[in-house]
Amino acid sequence: MARIIVVTSGKGGVGKTTTSAAIAMGLAKKGHKTAVIDFDVGLRNLDLIMGCERRVVYDFVNVINGEATLNQALIRDKNCNQLYILPASQTRDKDALTQEGVGKILDELKKEFKYIVCDSPAGIEKGAHLAMYYADDAFIVTNPEVSSVRDSDRMLGILSSKSRRAEQNEEPIKEYLLLTRYSPERVKLGEMLSVDDVQEILSLHLLGVIPESKSVLNASNSGTPVILDEKSDAGQAYADVIGRYLGEDRPHRFIDEKKGLFGKLFGGR
Amino acid sequence: MPVLVLASNDLITIEQQLQEKIQQAPEFFKNSPLVFDLHELNSLDLDIDVTKLINTIRKLGLLPIGIRGGLARQNQQALELGIPVHSGHGSRDSGHAASQPGTGAASTEAATASPKQQAPEPEAVPVPQVVAGSTMLLTQPVRSGQRIYAAGDLIILAQVSAGAEILAEGNIHVYGSLRGRALAGVQGNTEARIFCSDLQAELISIAGNYKISEDLNGAVLNQPVQIYLQNHALVIKDI
Repeated sequence: MARIIVVTSGKGGVGKTTTSAAIAMGLAKKGHKTAVIDFDVGLRNLDLIMGCERRVVYDFVNVINGEATLNQALIRDKNCNQLYILPASQTRDKDALTQEGVGKILDELKKEFKYIVCDSPAGIEKGAHLAMYYADDAFIVTNPEVSSVRDSDRMLGILSSKSRRAEQNEEPIKEYLLLTRYSPERVKLGEMLSVDDVQEILSLHLLGVIPESKSVLNASNSGTPVILDEKSDAGQAYADVIGRYLGEDRPHRFIDEKKGLFGKLFGGR
Repeated sequence: MPVLVLASNDLITIEQQLQEKIQQAPEFFKNSPLVFDLHELNSLDLDIDVTKLINTIRKLGLLPIGIRGGLARQNQQALELGIPVHSGHGSRDSGHAASQPGTGAASTEAATASPKQQAPEPEAVPVPQVVAGSTMLLTQPVRSGQRIYAAGDLIILAQVSAGAEILAEGNIHVYGSLRGRALAGVQGNTEARIFCSDLQAELISIAGNYKISEDLNGAVLNQPVQIYLQNHALVIKDI
């Protein structure tokens, strides 16, 4: 049975699109046929992160309006043939999306794909609402600072009251916490909330901690999801997230401060 | 049931004050039934156009369901608009106006709730009071931006996040961190209490008497406490 995953946060700039690209690629690399949809109509970004911006012919809104078929609009990823991207329209706005249209497209995708990743826009308005409405699982992307945590909390409230599963009294959406841009050094200095602080406020299952990393910016600039950079800490952290999501038992990494060479030799751990 | 006691015949003032009151709990007052009481007004020899008054109340989203303390002419006007006339004003003591000298033109008993107004008036209230024992139980966290209203007691087995609001006509129990706003006894029940296992609330209120987090003493923060009303003052005690 296909599962629809929404990557959402409420607040902007926390790493939703980076996360969507990374987990879609991660799932596809594991052999699951995956589609990733950009719901940020008007501020199209996912195609850049996925490195397919020059191959966009038709987009999400075209398919909703019946101007193109789903197969015409889906772009196959150049790195992984199990992964397809449905880009957003840059020339339209979020009002071009309709609940009915989105539902129809998701139903069609469900026939062919194992996982459908919905990259939500920031905010709690129409675009974000439609991205989460049909979801089965939600990845809540949060930065370790108070406003991001508060917005995530608000989003969790919306997930549990305004989604299709909530409206039809089905089993609620499974919610997972993804803490991104985490810097243990800054937590130690008291400049950032710790994993425990965030967990205490949100009381949510922690799927993974993604460290603040230069590799994320590099990956975005070069149009390859960071999970493909297997040497980088962020890439490894996303790989762990996918493992845990698929039921593997992987200990959390990147929560404690990195130790230098001497620390490694003499730190006794 | 809320009773609107009028102390002024200025419709604009009435509308403004009602509006303010509604702002405090918009969900609660939405389509709320309301009896309006003209006794005060008539004892001050102030006349009011009942038709206009009813229209004002309706405009604010409240449902006028009764008039009391009105003159025969006013009662007739109300009846023509389908508003029943309630007798039973006699059971109220006339000291009411003195009990709330500062509240100005209009006050709803539901929210201001001095104990005197809680005197049972069975003959004046055709709608039965909220049935005791109708308890609402929540097992999921109440998230920021969510608002819960319980007609009786409210029991929450999870946390209440900052930015969430929980309201109950009866008691509130929170067996998790209480970080949002908690309002017990919103219909004026001064006996209502709030119990929580970890007090970090933004605001706590019982029958309209409230404290914001800034007013909370450091000794009770992050502690399991109960909150109740004693001589019109909120008492916060550890449990």
